[in-house]
Amino acid sequence: MNSQLKWKFVLIAAIILVCIFGVIGFPTSLSQLKANIADRIQLGLDLKGGSHLVLQVQLEEAIGQRCDEAVDELTRQLHEKNIGFGEIRRVDDTHILVRDIESTSTSTFRDLANSQFGDWALSPAAGENNGYLLTLKPSVIADLRQTTMNQTLETITRRINALGLTEPTIAFTGRGDDEILVQLPGVGDPTAAKEVIRAGGQLQLTRVIDGPFASEAEALSKYGGVLPPGSVIVPGRAESAGPSQANGPVYYVLDKAPIVTGQDLRNADAGPSPDNPGSYEVDFKLSTAAAGRFGTFTEQQAAIGGRMAVVLDKQVYEAATIKGRIEDSGRITGDFSEQSAQDLALVLRAGALPASIKYLEERTVGPSLGADSIREGVRASIGSMLVVMIFLVIYYRLSGVNAVVALVLNLVILVAFMAYAGAVLTLPGIAGVILTIGMGVDSNVLVFERIREELRNGKVAAPAVDTGFDRAFLTIIDTHVTTVVSAIFLFLFGTGPVRGFAVTLVIGLIANVFTSIYVSRAIFDYHLAKMDRQAQLSI
Amino acid sequence: MEFFRNVNIDWMGKAKYFVTLSLILLAVGWISVYRQVVVKHKTMYGIDFRGGTLVTVRFAGQPPISELRKGLEQAGLKDSTIQGISDTQSVASKNDVLIGLEQSEANGEDSLDVAKQKILDVLHNTFGGAAGKPDFNAASAPDLAAELTRKDPLLLGTNAVDRYNQLAQRLTAARDSEHGGIVTNFDELRNVDGATPAVINALSSDYALGTFAIRDAEVVKPRVSAQLRHQAIFATLYALGGMLVYIAFRFEWVYGAAAVIAVFHDVLITLGFFSLFHYEISLTVIAALLTLVGYSMNDTIVIFDRVRENLRLMKRDSFPDIVNKSINQTLSRTILTSGLTFLTVLVLFLMGGEVLRAFSFAMVVGVVVGTYSSFGIAAPIVVVWNKYHGGRQQRGAPVRAGSAPEKPRRESSRKEVAHV
Repeated sequence: MNSQLKWKFVLIAAIILVCIFGVIGFPTSLSQLKANIADRIQLGLDLKGGSHLVLQVQLEEAIGQRCDEAVDELTRQLHEKNIGFGEIRRVDDTHILVRDIESTSTSTFRDLANSQFGDWALSPAAGENNGYLLTLKPSVIADLRQTTMNQTLETITRRINALGLTEPTIAFTGRGDDEILVQLPGVGDPTAAKEVIRAGGQLQLTRVIDGPFASEAEALSKYGGVLPPGSVIVPGRAESAGPSQANGPVYYVLDKAPIVTGQDLRNADAGPSPDNPGSYEVDFKLSTAAAGRFGTFTEQQAAIGGRMAVVLDKQVYEAATIKGRIEDSGRITGDFSEQSAQDLALVLRAGALPASIKYLEERTVGPSLGADSIREGVRASIGSMLVVMIFLVIYYRLSGVNAVVALVLNLVILVAFMAYAGAVLTLPGIAGVILTIGMGVDSNVLVFERIREELRNGKVAAPAVDTGFDRAFLTIIDTHVTTVVSAIFLFLFGTGPVRGFAVTLVIGLIANVFTSIYVSRAIFDYHLAKMDRQAQLSI
Repeated sequence: MEFFRNVNIDWMGKAKYFVTLSLILLAVGWISVYRQVVVKHKTMYGIDFRGGTLVTVRFAGQPPISELRKGLEQAGLKDSTIQGISDTQSVASKNDVLIGLEQSEANGEDSLDVAKQKILDVLHNTFGGAAGKPDFNAASAPDLAAELTRKDPLLLGTNAVDRYNQLAQRLTAARDSEHGGIVTNFDELRNVDGATPAVINALSSDYALGTFAIRDAEVVKPRVSAQLRHQAIFATLYALGGMLVYIAFRFEWVYGAAAVIAVFHDVLITLGFFSLFHYEISLTVIAALLTLVGYSMNDTIVIFDRVRENLRLMKRDSFPDIVNKSINQTLSRTILTSGLTFLTVLVLFLMGGEVLRAFSFAMVVGVVVGTYSSFGIAAPIVVVWNKYHGGRQQRGAPVRAGSAPEKPRRESSRKEVAHV
């Protein structure tokens, strides 16, 4: 063997060893071998069963909320600075209209808007007398969308982790810039997880001004149609009206600004309710800073018989008279079951979602289907590999063995690459593997047929092999590049399963060029070097 | 061993038969598509592309369709469809039933989520076994482990959690992979490692045995299905465009166009067959269609590559002769590769299970059509183009793909081609 060929084999052997290590590691027993393989080859949800959720974050909500806050703040500041105005109105999520500003205060208003409301662009409102339009700057909107998405992802991650599920995936996902993917392997019924993910978790402790009322209209009419400034009507929780619904819906008039919010929580726990045996409640503890504030507030209110509402996700869970100073703890009651109280406590601990979410897609693969798929997929792959290999050996004899070696190696490289890259094997991925085998067969057949042709044309073994590889090389490159081009487009524009397919296909094709040209050629060369120059090639 | 040697078939002379065959196949397939979509108003799209709720359930025996229908109607799901799987390939899936509900404008945004929940509730209430006990066939491994730990049938005492976790894993694994998700009698679990009679007794006293297992439950909102549709179409078009450019760059643009027309033809015929055999178009099927695009392209390129090489070697021959010769020279390879690929996807079709069935069906059809279109459609297009637009035989213009200028084609060989 000449030294160049020797180095070729050293390189090939090194690659094989690295690949085999990638798949099986250094096992010391059969069970460890199995465990290593299972550890390194990650299976997709379609093969191991589980739930796949795609949810959409309602970003407009977060933007609208920013707008509402700005309207409130602007109103407060205008009053404070004694700037007279006709009306402040939210036009849509990103526009605020201020009408009829006193002409003497116009410049004061503009200074205020420019200095205090930097996120907003100020422009004279068309068709208005001394009116101004504040527009949320696009850069601020983009920023807000980004932070809202990040916060939502973090919050959902905290909540899912608290559920204690194995290996969940939570990630941003393709289509829009407002979608999040949640994968829960092994979860056959995602209902509970969906509830926990979706729960808003916005807790507020707020002063009750008045109520309950039977309808919003009744509440409004008490104040002559206009609510006192800084107040808001909040519905009571439907269930709190009692199981018979005899009392009907209830409404409360509350302070708009809460005393304590979910951010002030230090902890939340579910426990059995002492007052109502059989039902559960959620007890929470406040942070030190909030406890001080809360203490002062409750002391003042207790003296005048004030009431406080526990508001969760814009619903009043409880409105109770404050009996004395409360420092750092409170509770939410509401006929919870043990499970729902635990879920609520979990959501409160994990923090509130900055915007609500909608489910766009939900797929659950039952564990039995996953088990069937992997068994059938693997069986079909092995079955077709065997058929192909037996045929190759019969048809091309020794050279067929060469092709079989190339094919097996191709498969080993493909699997090893997936193990190293942490790629997930899915059902379409298995299909990609099978197609890789098909392309691998094609490459070998192309080369062998070409060699046979050259032999028929009277060439002896060595030059025939030479020409065969040279001629077939161009064709193999053309076919492979074309398929890789299409696979790249599949990856760029496709979704989930299509992408998994594209990834395996590209890796498989690259491995294929290496095995069916480089490795196969090296084996031929080794064989040719050993045999007599005029001897017949076994092909 | 060798199948083909020195074949000498006049492929281009038979081009008109090929075109006729293609037209017939296209007509048959697309009349079926027309009947399905326009006449019967049935979509060819699977759940991915049409949106809706779809739950696949496997029953322990003959599916109790009428009972199921009654339960669904009582739950207010009158519009839901119940469909048995008419798949004769797999014995196991003969008791599978698909329960579906389409999104309609009347029932609003969240109706699909609600519908899925209602379908599951109806199943659990109707077929979940004795009331008051949880269904063993619906229990997850952690649930089972918790219950076993609570009961402690093996009397393991304090450090039992790990042992019971493993036992629960083995029990659910046995249920899912050996019994298709449905255990009909707790005795079936006796041969699970660690399932002593005490364990079996504990299970049978705590759990009921439902007669169904959820195989698959999907909810796809219209927004998603519309996006998936667009994405699939664009991915295909871009992939085709990419290939066109690459082939045009490597050969001549007419070769690229011919190859793309041929694969387009393959996709259309395959879609027609999908309608004929009542398969649905899903995301995985799109992957299959794109694979067959790549595969057919592969085949075409092998022939074109040979044509390009022969253009340089056979300077005196007519263009159709060169194409014929190229197809004949590569025929052995074509038959072998296609045959082996066909075998591979056939095995996949027969053994790959229900999930891969539509995928492998597309491939089985696609491999045959894709191989055929290389010589039946792509090559004739190039020949016809060459005949009318400055090919070597007409005006003796140099062929760009070949490096050397060409001489005019001999008259005799043209006649030979025409009359064979």
